[in-house]
Amino acid sequence: MDYTSILPLMRAELTLTAILVLVFLYDLIAGRRGHHYFSAVTCGLLVVQVLVNLVPGPEGELFGGMFHTTPMGGVVKSILAIGALLVCLQADQWLQREDTRHKQGEFYILTLSTLLGMYFMISAGHFLMFFIGLELASVPMACLVAFDKYKHYSAEAGAKYILCALFSSGLMLFGVSFLYGTTGTLYFDDMPARLTGSPLEILSMVFFFSGLGFKISLVPFHLWTADAYQGAPTTVTSYLSVVSKAAAAFVLFTTLVKVFAPMVEQWQTLLWIVTVLSITVANLFAIRQRDLKRFMAFSSISQAGYIMLAVIGGSSLGMTSLVFYVLVYMVANLAVFGVLSTVEQHSGGRVSLEDYNGFYHTNPKLAVMMMLALFSLAGIPPFAGFFSKFFVFTAAFESGFYLLVFIALLNTVISLYYYLLIVKAMFITPSDAPIATFRTDSYTRLSLALCMAGVLLLGVVSAVYDGIHLFAFGL
Amino acid sequence: MIKMEYYLVVSTILMFVGIYGFVTRRNLLAMLISVELILNSVDINFVVFNRFLFPEQLEGFFFTLFAIGVSAAETAVAIAIIINIYRNIRNIEVKNLREMKW
Repeated sequence: MDYTSILPLMRAELTLTAILVLVFLYDLIAGRRGHHYFSAVTCGLLVVQVLVNLVPGPEGELFGGMFHTTPMGGVVKSILAIGALLVCLQADQWLQREDTRHKQGEFYILTLSTLLGMYFMISAGHFLMFFIGLELASVPMACLVAFDKYKHYSAEAGAKYILCALFSSGLMLFGVSFLYGTTGTLYFDDMPARLTGSPLEILSMVFFFSGLGFKISLVPFHLWTADAYQGAPTTVTSYLSVVSKAAAAFVLFTTLVKVFAPMVEQWQTLLWIVTVLSITVANLFAIRQRDLKRFMAFSSISQAGYIMLAVIGGSSLGMTSLVFYVLVYMVANLAVFGVLSTVEQHSGGRVSLEDYNGFYHTNPKLAVMMMLALFSLAGIPPFAGFFSKFFVFTAAFESGFYLLVFIALLNTVISLYYYLLIVKAMFITPSDAPIATFRTDSYTRLSLALCMAGVLLLGVVSAVYDGIHLFAFGL
Repeated sequence: MIKMEYYLVVSTILMFVGIYGFVTRRNLLAMLISVELILNSVDINFVVFNRFLFPEQLEGFFFTLFAIGVSAAETAVAIAIIINIYRNIRNIEVKNLREMKW
């Protein structure tokens, strides 16, 4: 094996591992004064990570094909790093609190190790590598969900999350074991040629799909989502809803299109049903939510359904639109969660819809930002969300899924209704006890500004979409 | 020599016993044990397929080794969380975890 090729091909993983070690050492030696700047240090290191990996590396294989990097994977890794950076910026105000200050290091290390797991999952060329990456992403995530040790909600959410994650990975491995039994290989590259589409293989494909469906929280597998999102600390919820979902969606695309290529008809049927269910059921459930974190959980399930529209065609256009959608969804969702979390910190834990009545009159800037982000999530034209939805619909339409696109279009109207419920509460509904005026700390303001720039510019500046499209060749 | 099918029957039964237990048990530790049954059935599957169908390679054995290691790590985290729940509410019955619904 040629060891010189490790550096260019594993650049993102190597730099992230180095950052992980550095953060760990900083936690050890920084002392009380140094912990005040923990967020700045981590965010600075993550900026370095984003800059070093901004230009995707070459395509290639390592370790006998177990590790397979593609340029598109590099783009997705950069996007995930940006997401983690925004989350870390928003985390600071929560982590400077008296009861969480002593465990800042744990938060950043766990977050970075889930990120590392997602990187390995994205670059996997073998089911073993894929499985280890997936578990590296989900086990520390369970610790993050249960991070607020003394809050009953957090522990309950953590238990629900880890049990569902274990169960789903068990199902997935059961499917993989039958794939191994029928084909005799676990390499992604060798598998398609040996798949015959026999009933046993279809069964194992469904098991595998349900395992990943849990991670993306598509509808028949979504029941953990709302509870875990509501109970987890708000910063963790935003990380869970954006970064982990984006990585799993990308991996689902590559595995379905590459590995399960001979069974394209079966998985398209499966995906069709799951997409319709995800979008419709999640939209209907979102309407009746009163807790905004729970509300955003159902919103994120339906957004996952829209992401699946990009997967179903399996084309390079679909790949581009998926990555673009994920990017746009990330900035909009993180803007909403940034506002939610800063309000929660400054108002003593108020997160329900009624609490936001009259929010515009006390905190106009935050209210406007939240409104723009919600408009982007709903897909109203000048904002980035419209363009991302447009490309996703185009990808599905070109592959001939007319009815599916029609159902999804109808659902955007429903989603507009419930997003506007929040806007109505903030701007129109009067309130006796609105959330008091407060001043957000500079880290959160920076992250919100970045998110707003994304929401306003990503759709209009077509260079972003074109840039992603450059790397979509050969998926 | 015992045929491969018998092993597969055992592992499939183990799998569905695990799923049944996960759905019906009302205690977090019992649910965790059920999930472990599922993971063990997967391990049996990999080893059996490797031993009987593809004895010239060791992919299945290695997968089993890694799966055992990873599931041990997962179990450790799960038990830590369950202990934390016990500290908060003094039992680990699922019916008491109903703060968040719908």
